[in-house]
Amino acid sequence: MTSPTPAPGTVTTPPPPGPPPEATERAPAVPADHVAASIDGVDVVVPKGTLIIRAAEQLGIEIPRFCDHPLLDPVAACRACLVEIEGQPKPQPACAVPVGDGMKVRTAQTSPMARTAQRGVLEFLLINHPLDCPVCDKGGECPLQNQAMSHGPGESRFILPKRTFPKPVALSTQVLLDRERCVSCARCTRFADEIAGDPFISLQQRGGRQIVGISDDTPFNSYFSGNTVQICPVGALTSAAYRFRSRPFDLVSVPTTCEHCASGCALRTDVRRSTVMRRLAWDDPDVNAEWNCDKGRFAFPYLQRDRLDAPLVRGAADGAGAHVAVSWPEATRTAAAALAEAGPRTVVLTGGRLTLEDAYAYAKFARVALGTDSIDFRHRATSAEEADLLRTVVAGCGLGVTYADLDVAPTVLLVGFEPEEESPIVFLRLRAAVRRGGTQVVTVAPFASPGAAKLHARVLGAAPGQEPGVLAALAQPGPDGGADRPDLSAAGSVILLGERAAQVPGLISQAVALAGSTGARLAWVPRRAGERGALEAGALPGLLPWGRPLGDPDARAQVATAWGVDPAALPTEPGLDLAGFLAAVAQDEADAAAHAAAPDAGDGAEAQLPARRVAAVVLAGVEAADAPDPEAFLAALGAVPFVLSLETRTTEVTALADVVLPVGVVTEKSGTFLDWEGRARPFGQVLRESTAITDARALALVARAMGRPLGSIEVADLRAELAGLGRWQGPRPAAAPVAAPVPPAPGPGQAVLATWRHLLDQGRLQAGEEALAGTARPAVARTSPATAAALGLVDGGPVTVAGAHGAVTLPLVVTAMVDDVVWVPGNSAGSRVGVDLRAGAGDVVRLTPAVRSDEPGGAP
Amino acid sequence: MTLTPVLTAHWDEADSHTIGGYRRHGGYEQVARGFELGPDALIQMVKDSGLRGRGGAGFPTGMKWGFVPQGDGKPHYLVVNADESEPGACKDIPLMLANPHALVEGCILTSYAIRANWAFIYVRGEVPHVHRRLRAAVREAYAAGYLGRNIMGSGFDLELVVHAGAGAYICGEETALLDSLEGRRGQPRLKPPFPAVAGLYASPTVVNNVETIANVPYIVRNGAEWLTQWGTEKSPGFKLMSVSGHVRRPGVYEVALGTTMRQLLEYAGGMRHGGEPKFWLPGGSSVPMLTAEHLDLPLTYEDMAAAGTMLGTATPMVFDDTVSVVKAITRWLDFYKHESCGKCTPCREGTGWIAGTLHRFEAGQGTEAELGMLEELCAQIMGRSFCALGDAAATPFPAALTHFRSEWLAATHTPADQAFDPVAATVLAAGATR
Ligand SMILES: Cc1cc2nc3c(=O)[nH]c(=O)nc-3n(C[C@H](O)[C@H](O)[C@H](O)COP(=O)(O)O)c2cc1C
Ligand code: SF4
Ligand code: SF4
Ligand code: SF4
Ligand code: FES
Repeated sequence: MTSPTPAPGTVTTPPPPGPPPEATERAPAVPADHVAASIDGVDVVVPKGTLIIRAAEQLGIEIPRFCDHPLLDPVAACRACLVEIEGQPKPQPACAVPVGDGMKVRTAQTSPMARTAQRGVLEFLLINHPLDCPVCDKGGECPLQNQAMSHGPGESRFILPKRTFPKPVALSTQVLLDRERCVSCARCTRFADEIAGDPFISLQQRGGRQIVGISDDTPFNSYFSGNTVQICPVGALTSAAYRFRSRPFDLVSVPTTCEHCASGCALRTDVRRSTVMRRLAWDDPDVNAEWNCDKGRFAFPYLQRDRLDAPLVRGAADGAGAHVAVSWPEATRTAAAALAEAGPRTVVLTGGRLTLEDAYAYAKFARVALGTDSIDFRHRATSAEEADLLRTVVAGCGLGVTYADLDVAPTVLLVGFEPEEESPIVFLRLRAAVRRGGTQVVTVAPFASPGAAKLHARVLGAAPGQEPGVLAALAQPGPDGGADRPDLSAAGSVILLGERAAQVPGLISQAVALAGSTGARLAWVPRRAGERGALEAGALPGLLPWGRPLGDPDARAQVATAWGVDPAALPTEPGLDLAGFLAAVAQDEADAAAHAAAPDAGDGAEAQLPARRVAAVVLAGVEAADAPDPEAFLAALGAVPFVLSLETRTTEVTALADVVLPVGVVTEKSGTFLDWEGRARPFGQVLRESTAITDARALALVARAMGRPLGSIEVADLRAELAGLGRWQGPRPAAAPVAAPVPPAPGPGQAVLATWRHLLDQGRLQAGEEALAGTARPAVARTSPATAAALGLVDGGPVTVAGAHGAVTLPLVVTAMVDDVVWVPGNSAGSRVGVDLRAGAGDVVRLTPAVRSDEPGGAP
Repeated sequence: MTLTPVLTAHWDEADSHTIGGYRRHGGYEQVARGFELGPDALIQMVKDSGLRGRGGAGFPTGMKWGFVPQGDGKPHYLVVNADESEPGACKDIPLMLANPHALVEGCILTSYAIRANWAFIYVRGEVPHVHRRLRAAVREAYAAGYLGRNIMGSGFDLELVVHAGAGAYICGEETALLDSLEGRRGQPRLKPPFPAVAGLYASPTVVNNVETIANVPYIVRNGAEWLTQWGTEKSPGFKLMSVSGHVRRPGVYEVALGTTMRQLLEYAGGMRHGGEPKFWLPGGSSVPMLTAEHLDLPLTYEDMAAAGTMLGTATPMVFDDTVSVVKAITRWLDFYKHESCGKCTPCREGTGWIAGTLHRFEAGQGTEAELGMLEELCAQIMGRSFCALGDAAATPFPAALTHFRSEWLAATHTPADQAFDPVAATVLAAGATR
């Protein structure tokens, strides 16, 4: 073949530019590692390696682009960005050529060569484009439309038939492709490959038939797939959720914060006539860059589903009977009367989803209106060891380890934490860091999860219960001198503790010790968006806002002043946490049973029934299924004399409540989430016209009815009050290290249960988004080959995992992993560990090969 | 000037493709000589010979080898480009059929020079017979101890792999070839980095044409000076030129660079009906066409460039006046449209648009305005596409319009098959000699 251009070595390499003639006149010295150049005659100094297109952006010079994306590797495929570089015969792609020292670049503004090149490419891009803008989802916000207008030819010379394809193709249940609109920019495929690490889509075929596609048996089931829809520069990729729903110019956009996890993504919520139409990732370089996950993007139909619209109380005068809708005053009066009576014998469980301001209102309500310190935001498997950690090194410590720290950390150790499932932006940031080459991720886990594999993580295998031992070994110099050991002592190393660390006794203590001995920094990454905020708000026994120890008189005095109450009125003794609540109710029940069974003393005087330890419970949107033992939790609620539930919809919990107050969802209020870093992520009210009542306002109404007003509960006032309090500067109690018990030893036919939740699962906030659910990972059980062989389990065959109170049956995927462990997803269809199996991580379970229930005579 | 049979010297021997036939004429003697010289001296020798790449671009071969970083601790690779798919080019395929061992010996010497222990020959997918013959040659070379571990006691190891492509023109572009060889879809890579720095498996790689590498044993045998006895200062040596079209004896002629087309036509027996060509292309379909007035230009890189075309693969296609220029150009554009890889906009979209418009001319339905548009479309591709395939696609039309404007104007009303009897251009035509 003949190439009309010279061979390699001479084709695109710019000739080394000699010293530019005016070099001597250039006044300011160019800093080291920088280059000086000019674009359209304007001088620019940029760091070496800066692409021309980025330098032009700094100067406000517009260069059209399609394939270019600042967060993706350059491909220079679309050729829309061609510019003239002095001394080069051919126009060059600004998105792929770094600025050279002394380089003189001319864009379409000043160069006829660049102008005709850009115009020509835009003309080519448009010839086969359907130009169905009026019915295209991208119409009105389309880079092709916009740049065709700004840089393209006004009219088409193309008279041949356009390329057509049957439409659309489903790349997954969620992402649909209209092939005729695709401009082959490869943004979507590069995103999938480079950023998400899920190369399930790629360009296929060639020439004009080149198209994005999947392989037949592998749909684009990536947790991050929605980003491709957002960065597609045309309407080729659409989401099933938004396709044909709205036009961009009918939308009102509000910057928001995602409520689905503690990653803290900046989002944009688009609303049309009081209905959320879609959510997009918004740009926040400090947090989510320009990405987010599909849960945050698509899981919003819940906002409008099964909503409660009126307060409910029990119909009959005796407080029994069915719920009836009543007015707010009546409901708050009823609640106030019951709570006033229960007083400090009330427990407040706030769940992990509240905003900082709402959680603060609960914390204040508990202390001021109820006089109790019994408040716990953790509605999941927890431990006193965890509470200690939170009180001593997390609460009130401000911004700790940040995303930016992860970018440059030489070693990141994951403990009880699967970032891709539990905090997707942590995953993306770590993946970017690993891809840049400076970061090694190490995880203590029973196997290399898909997410760990995409982080090229080194797996320190551990069955549940064995993790403390693994960490202890890391802290000790080994016989090999530690050469093969992940090096946590390298400056900047980080230990990320997931909330699941609380499930393993001694693990948190061991992690704290490891951080202490290596100098690695420790961060706690909860799953839910509201956990860090609730912690800072003081929704934990023994803790007042911003890390103030309840037992510290100064701390109590500061808070009492801010709240305008008598310091003596604040509780001084730590209250009950979730576990304490359950235990106290169990004791109450035992007392009652004993009392009922006690023989009459014979003197006619009844034995005095001891006062109940828990007389009332206040619940903020907690989900029974999230409790460590949902059945036991519901039973406890049933036993408590008075239950007040502040909820957005009917649930198993509201069914048990004596009073239900309907509160607003996240779009109906403003507020703040604190992400795992401790960074404030404030957001405004999306549905401005909503009259929904916030948790804080509902509590204020109850408190007022109790005669113990809380003061202003406007979000702005709550924020100001919190800000005025500031972080605790005084002494903190030391944490008491917990020794790890001997790890469980499963017997024959048994294994230790390992479990965590998939990002996409049966979570309530994902309800109603079928297309999203279609991309979830299937529920499977995993064991090692040896464990499978020992138990007679076959790969792909069904296995029944049984605990003392329940069982799940799932297909088995034999996995390279720690022996004598079975892993199942925590809350997926067919595998709801709390509800169905009624066991938790670290419990010993039985494994048996199951006969499929659809086979004749098969057991379920 | 005369024929210069070097690569083709023994093609008429029945066993020229066997190791026995090759060794009979001194084959494989250069391996030991190369080991004696050492890698750096080999690179210098090829530099001194002035050998230029035979794959089309004519890049100096020794210089390319010199770009490979030495002592970098990475594996190095030699990749031989045997994808010959350019319309009109038919020189590498016959060479590999008749003299495959020259290529194998060249691979040994080149790999040794660039410190590669793995070499690959990437053969286009549509020629299974060539693939078989190459594999047989490689097997023979292994059996004779010229390949494998510790070749002839030198301590040098070389594994040579013959790899069949799946039949895509773009996989002849060296970086697309590397992607294809790695098991990916063949599309060109963004450069830099160039293959010499990060090629196959991101390691330093030399990509050379079959004929380039086959030259190497002969240079090693005869010395650098020897090559410069032919050709010009800028185009030294001899060249396999495959002549096709309306000549009496189409085929591969090995001649000194600088031979004129008129001489080459003589070797090929002249035009089939006598007279002079209507138009001809010195180096495959990707170079601008010339006419009879250019027959006396020396076929060198520099003279062809001066005439506004390129020597390319030096595989001239010759057409007599039975051929419709419109139809010929249309076929070529169909080819480029079909072979465009789709990566970049100008080539992906432009080839289709141009081809579609050319079909209108072929059907006698073009307009004069569209001629101007076609020129503009070619200019919108030329120098703007990602790789040289796009440039190649933009090449045929403008020269054809320059030389045969009236024929294009005629194509605004008369279909090509009416203006030119389609049978007359074929061997079925009355009076055709073949
Ligand atoms: C579209 C295209 C097709 C090509 N096909 C071939 C080919 O079939 N054989 C070849 O040797 N070079 C081909 N080349 C040139 C190669 O990219 C490369 O320049 C050549 O293999 C280098 O070898 P050389 O230096 O020995 O000439 C092609 C280039 C392009 C742009
Ligand atoms: S689908 Fe969109 S993002 Fe993907 S290649 Fe096509 S135009 Fe680009
Ligand atoms: S990563 Fe977390 S915060 Fe970001 S969009 Fe997903 S669920 Fe929301
Ligand atoms: S010019 Fe562009 S579309 Fe054409 S083959 Fe090269 S990279 Fe592919
Ligand atoms: S934006 Fe530069 S080539 Fe696409």
